[in-house]
Amino acid sequence: MTAPGTRYILICSGKGGVGKTTLTANLGIALARQGVRTAVLDADFGLRNLDLLLGLENRIVFTAQEVLSGSCRLEQALVKHKQEPNLALLPAGNPRMLEWLQPEDMQRIATMLGEQFDVVLIDCPAGIEDGFKNAVAAAQEAIVITTPEVSAVRDADRVIGLLNSHGVKPIQLVLNRVRPKMMANQEMLSVADVTDILALPLLGLVMEDEQVIVSTNRGEPLTLNGAKSPAALAYNNIARRLRGEDVPLMDPAKAGRGLRAKLGRLMTTKIF
Amino acid sequence: MTLRDFIDKLLGRQPASANVARERLQLVLAHDRSDLNPELLEQMRREILEVVSRYVEIDLEEGDVSLETGDRVTALVANLPIKRARPLVEPGSAAGGVSRSHGLNPGA
Ligand SMILES: Nc1ncnc2c1ncn2[C@@H]1O[C@H](COP(=O)(O)OP(=O)(O)O)[C@@H](O)[C@H]1O
Ligand SMILES: [Mg+2]
Repeated sequence: MTAPGTRYILICSGKGGVGKTTLTANLGIALARQGVRTAVLDADFGLRNLDLLLGLENRIVFTAQEVLSGSCRLEQALVKHKQEPNLALLPAGNPRMLEWLQPEDMQRIATMLGEQFDVVLIDCPAGIEDGFKNAVAAAQEAIVITTPEVSAVRDADRVIGLLNSHGVKPIQLVLNRVRPKMMANQEMLSVADVTDILALPLLGLVMEDEQVIVSTNRGEPLTLNGAKSPAALAYNNIARRLRGEDVPLMDPAKAGRGLRAKLGRLMTTKIF
Repeated sequence: MTLRDFIDKLLGRQPASANVARERLQLVLAHDRSDLNPELLEQMRREILEVVSRYVEIDLEEGDVSLETGDRVTALVANLPIKRARPLVEPGSAAGGVSRSHGLNPGA
C-alpha cells in the first residue's frame, strides 16, 4: 500500500492519442498553481513525451530507471518546474525498462513520491497490456479520458472494466476534443451519450482547441500562464473539481448551435 | 421512430451520425461486456422464439431479442409482439405442446 494522504491518480484511456499526456501536463501545472504539491509520473516508457509537453526535456539527468536500480536518489531524478516549483516530473526511463519492470516497481516509486507530494498523476501508456498493468498498480483512483468517437469510447469501456477489477476507485471521466457545433448538429456523440454509455461521473469537458497545439509547440502547458482559451479554462476547472470544489460544467449546447439542432427541437415539439 | 427520424426518411436523408454511433456503440459494448459471441447469441434468440411460439403466435418480423446496456449493466430484452394466443394449448399441458402440429412452426 502507499502512504496515506497522498492521492495517486492514473490518467488513462485505452486508445492512444486521445489526450492523456496533454491532460496530465495541464492538470499537473493547474494543481501546482493552486498550491498542491504535485508529481507527474511518466509511466509511458515506450513512448515517453510528458517531458516535452512540460518543456522539461533538456533538464533530465536521471529517470525512474536509475531510482529503481538504486543508482540515484529520488531527488536527483525529479525535475522541478522552474516557473511552478510545486510541480515535479519523474521521467520515464529507457524503453528497455519494459523488459523487466513489474507492478511492484511502480508501487515502490509511487510510495517514494507519496512522501513529498499531495497528488501523484500517472500518465498511462495506451493499450491494456503490461504497460497498463504496471501503471495501474501505482494508482488508487483514475481519470478516464476519451473523445466523442466510437473507437475511443469502446476502448474506454474496456479500460473501465479493468480498473474496476483492480479495485481502482473513484473513476471519473474527462471528455476531450468536444466540438459544440457538431454536437448541436447531432453529428457527434453528445455528452449525455458518452456519460450514459460509460456510466461514469463527468469530471470535465475539454473543447477542441487550437491553442493546445500551440502550447505543445512551446512546451508550455496552457494552464501555466493563465491563458483564457477554452481548453485552458477546462483544465483549470478539472483541477478545482478534483480538489472537491463545486464548479459547474460547461454546456456545449450554449457554445454553438447548429441549424439541425434547432430543426430537431422544432420538430419534436408536441402539437397536442 | 421520432418525428425527426421520420422526416429524415421522408426526405431520403441519412439519420444523424451521432444516433448511428450511439446505436452501434451500445451493440458492440453489449457484446464486449457480456463476452457472448454473435453465434451463441443467434442460437439463444432462435431458442427463445421457439419456446415462446409454443404458447403464443408471435410476429417474427416485428419481434427482436437484443442486449441492452445502461449503467454498465447489460440486460437481455425480448420484444415479441403477440398476434394471438395458441388456441389449443391448455394451461396444464403447455410444456408438452411441442409435439402438436402447431407447436413448433410459427412461420406456418
Ligand atoms: N482539446 C484538444 N484540442 C486540440 N488538440 C488536442 C486536444 N487534446 C489533445 N490534442 C492533441 O491530440 C494529440 C494527442 O494528444 P496526447 O495528449 O499526446 O494523447 P495521448 O497521450 O493520449 O496519446 C496531440 O497532438 C495533442 O496536441
Ligand atoms: Mg501520451
